Amino acid sequence: MEILFLLIPLALLLVALGVWAFFWAVGSGQFDDLDSPGWSVLADEDKPDKKKDEGESR
Amino acid sequence: MPPGVEIRANIDGHEEPVCCYGCKAVAEFISGAGLGDYYRYRDTTSTRADELPPPDRWSAYDRPELVERLSRAEPAGGRSITVLLEGLRCAACGWLADKALHMESGVLEVGVNPATARARIVWDPAQVRLGDLLRILEHVGLRPHPLAGEPAEQLALQERRSALKRLAVAGLGMMQVMMFAVPLYFGEHSGMDPQIREFLRLVSMLVCIPVALYAGWPFYKGAWAALRARGISMDVPVSLGILLAFTASVVNALRGEGEVYFDSVTMFVFFLSLGRYVEMIARHRAGSVADALARLAPVTARRLKGASVEDVRTVDLEVGDELLVRTGEVFPADGIVSEGDGRVDESMLTGESVAIAKSTGSPVNAGTQNLGAPLRLRVTAVADDTVLSGIVALLERAQAERPRLARAADRAAAWFLRRILVAAAVVFAIWWFVDPSRAFPATLAMLVATCPCALSLATPAALAAATSALARRGVLVAHADALESMAGATTVLWDKTGTLTRGLVRVEETRPIGKVPEAGCLALAIALERMSEHPIAQAFLAAGGAAGTASESAVHPGRGIEGRVDGQLLRIGTLDFVTELAGTANGVVTADEDQSWVYLGSGEGFIAAFRLSDQLRPEAGRCVAELDGLGLRSEIVSGDEPATVARVAARCGIASRHARLRPDSKLTRLRQLQDDGAIVVAVGDGINDAPLLSGAEVGVAMGRGSALAQTSADLILVRDSLDALPEAVRLARRTQRIVRQNLSWAVVYNLTALPLAALGFVPPWLAALGMSFSSIAVVLNAMRLSRRMPAGPTQGWSAASEAGAA
Repeated sequence: MEILFLLIPLALLLVALGVWAFFWAVGSGQFDDLDSPGWSVLADEDKPDKKKDEGESR
Repeated sequence: MPPGVEIRANIDGHEEPVCCYGCKAVAEFISGAGLGDYYRYRDTTSTRADELPPPDRWSAYDRPELVERLSRAEPAGGRSITVLLEGLRCAACGWLADKALHMESGVLEVGVNPATARARIVWDPAQVRLGDLLRILEHVGLRPHPLAGEPAEQLALQERRSALKRLAVAGLGMMQVMMFAVPLYFGEHSGMDPQIREFLRLVSMLVCIPVALYAGWPFYKGAWAALRARGISMDVPVSLGILLAFTASVVNALRGEGEVYFDSVTMFVFFLSLGRYVEMIARHRAGSVADALARLAPVTARRLKGASVEDVRTVDLEVGDELLVRTGEVFPADGIVSEGDGRVDESMLTGESVAIAKSTGSPVNAGTQNLGAPLRLRVTAVADDTVLSGIVALLERAQAERPRLARAADRAAAWFLRRILVAAAVVFAIWWFVDPSRAFPATLAMLVATCPCALSLATPAALAAATSALARRGVLVAHADALESMAGATTVLWDKTGTLTRGLVRVEETRPIGKVPEAGCLALAIALERMSEHPIAQAFLAAGGAAGTASESAVHPGRGIEGRVDGQLLRIGTLDFVTELAGTANGVVTADEDQSWVYLGSGEGFIAAFRLSDQLRPEAGRCVAELDGLGLRSEIVSGDEPATVARVAARCGIASRHARLRPDSKLTRLRQLQDDGAIVVAVGDGINDAPLLSGAEVGVAMGRGSALAQTSADLILVRDSLDALPEAVRLARRTQRIVRQNLSWAVVYNLTALPLAALGFVPPWLAALGMSFSSIAVVLNAMRLSRRMPAGPTQGWSAASEAGAA
C-alpha cells in the first residue's frame, strides 16, 4: 500500500494541472458563451454570400 | 393570434402561418435573404414584433457625436459598440443577428452572446452607418439597445468568470475529498493502516484548504457585509457552518484523532456555489438598472438657439431650454410642448400602448417617444427631477425598504436553526448527565455534521431543481429565494395593461349607423387608416382583409384622418372631428368616457362607430380562477380609467380593483396589504410597475415587458403567457414541502444516528452507509421537483402531480 504515498500526490498534481488549465480557459473567454459555438458548426455557409469571401471573421 | 385573422408568410415557396405582420416581415426577410436555416435551428419561439416603430428611429444614431460617445475606436481599424438585444432568447437568434449583420458590407466583426443577450459589433464608419446596422437588427426582431456602460459589462464578465473558477475549484476539490473519504469510512470498519489513515486525512485537508478559503470566500464576504450592516443573511449561517466544520476538521486532522468533516465542507461549498452561479447567470441576463436606463434616455439633444439648432449632451440641458424633438426620437427631458401637434408613445413609462395626442401646452416626459410630427419643447425638468428619475428613485427606495433576499433567507435559516439549536441543547443536556467531559465534543460533532449536510443539500438542491423545472416552463427565476415567499403568497396584484390584457388595441365592435353594412364600414375605415402608423390604425389593419386605398388623405394628429374613397370624402376619428364633416351626431352612440370610440362619417352623415379596446389575454380568466383555487386573491391596481378597469375585472372574475393609480399610490396600496399580513405577488410589465415589483415579496415581469420591470422582478414569464403563473405557485409550494421534508429528514437522521453511533450501538460501516444514503435521499427527493413537468401546457397535469406529491 506504500505506493499510495506516491500515487496520491501524483493525482493531486494532475488535479492542480487541471485546475490551472481550466483557469486559463476561463480567462481566455472560452466559457463566456456556451451556446453559439455549438450551433456555428451547423450554420455553415451553404449558399455563398454576395460579399465576404474572406471567410468568417469570428 | 386573434380569431379570424390569418396571416401567412411565403417561406421557400411554401405558405406558412405566422402570428402577426411583424413576424411575416421577419419570416420573409429571413427566407428571402437565404437565412432559412434559422427556422431549422431555432429552439424557442420568437417574440412577436407587433409594433414596428417608425423607420427613422435609428437615424439619430447616424450622428457622429453620438457614435463617438457610444462606441470605441478599435486598434485594428473600425469602431466597436456593445448592444443589448431585446428578444434574444436562443442561439439561433444570435446566429440570425450575426448573419444579418454580415450581409452588410463594412461590418468587420460580430460577436453575439446569447447567454448575456449582448452583441459586440465592429464596423467601418466609412462604409456603413451605425443607424443602418441597428435598423437591420430590429428588422430581424431583435430590438437593439446600444450600451454606453462598457465598464459595467466588463464587471459582470469578471464576476461570471471568477464565479466559474471558484465553482471549478469547489467541484474538483469535492470529488478528490470524496475519493479519500470513502476509504476512510470503510477503513473504520475493516481496519486500516494508521499511517495511511493519517496520510489520507492530511491530504483531504490539503485539498480542502483552497475549497474552503478560495471557493468559499464570497460567502464570508457576504456574511461580513451583512453583519457590519447589523443584518443577517443566508451567508451568516452558511459561513458559520463552513468555518466551524473546517476548523474542527483541521484541528482533528493535525491532532490525529477525532472526526474530520472535509467531505461535508467541500460538498457544502460546491452545492452552494452551484446554486449561486445559476442564479447569477439568470440575474445577468435580466440586466441591471443602469442598463435599463441606458435604453431610455437619449445621450444627446437638439437645442434651439435663436434660429439655429445645436447638438448638446443631455446632461448639459437646463430648465428653460428650447428643444427640437423629431419624429421617432425620445424626449431627453420633461417639458411642455411649445409648438407642434403630435402624438407620443408613453408605453415605456406607463405600459399603456395607445399613443397620447399632444399639442401646444401639453406636458411630455423624458424617456417617451415622439411618434408624430416634430415638436418644440420647453424644458421644465432635467436629470434627477424628471418623472423617469422619480420612478427610478421610487424603485431604489422600494428595494432598500425591503431587503427581500435577507428576509426570505432568514425565514428558511431561522426555521432550521431553531430546530438544530433545540436538538443541540437536548444532546448537550443528556451528555451532561451521562458524562460531562464528553458533552461539548459530542454536541459540536452533531452541530457540525448536521448543519452543512442539511443546509448544503436540502435547500439548494431543491431550489436548483425547481429553478430548472420552471425554466422549462418558460419562467426565468432571477431570485431563487422568492420561491419561498411564493409558496406562502396570499394576494396577487395585477397591473392591468400588458398582463391581464395584451397591451394591444383591437377593434372590439363595429356598429353601423347608416345603411352601409358592417363589413363595408370596416373596409372604408381600413382604406383610410392605411395611411397611419398610429396603434389605432394598426388595430384596424389587423381586423380586416382586403380594402381599397384612400386618395387625398391627410392625417390630423390627435383627431383623425380625412381622405377620399371611391370619390366620397370621408373622415375617421374623434366625435368632434367627424361631426365637422357629417353634421349633427344625432342617433350616434353617446360616448361613454371609458370606452374609446372611433367614428366614421361622410358629408351625408355618420356611417359607423367602432369600439376599440385592449385585448384581454385568452388565458387571463383561467389563470385568475386557478390562482383563486390555490388560495390567492387577485386585485387590480391600474393607472387606467375606472370603467375600463371594471370591465377587465369583470371579465377576469376579479372582485377588488383600484383604478387611476400612480406608481407611488400602487406602492402605498402594496404596503397596506403587507401591513395587513398579506404576502404579495405583483405582476407587471411597465416601468411604472418596477417599484411595485421590487416592493412585493415576489415580483413577476412579463417577457415582453420593459427592461426595468424585468430587472426588478424575481420571476420573468419568458413565454409571455400567464399560464405559467399558477404552475409556478404550485411548484413553489412543492419546493417548500420538499425543503421541509429534507431538513426534517436531515435533523431526524442526525439526531438518531449520531448519538446511537456515539453510544456504540451502530457499527461505523453502517453509519458511513447511512450518511451516504441520507445525502442521496435528500438529493433524490429534490429531483422529484424536476420530474413530472411536461413541456406543453396541459390542464390535467397539475391535479395529477399534486396528488402524487402529497
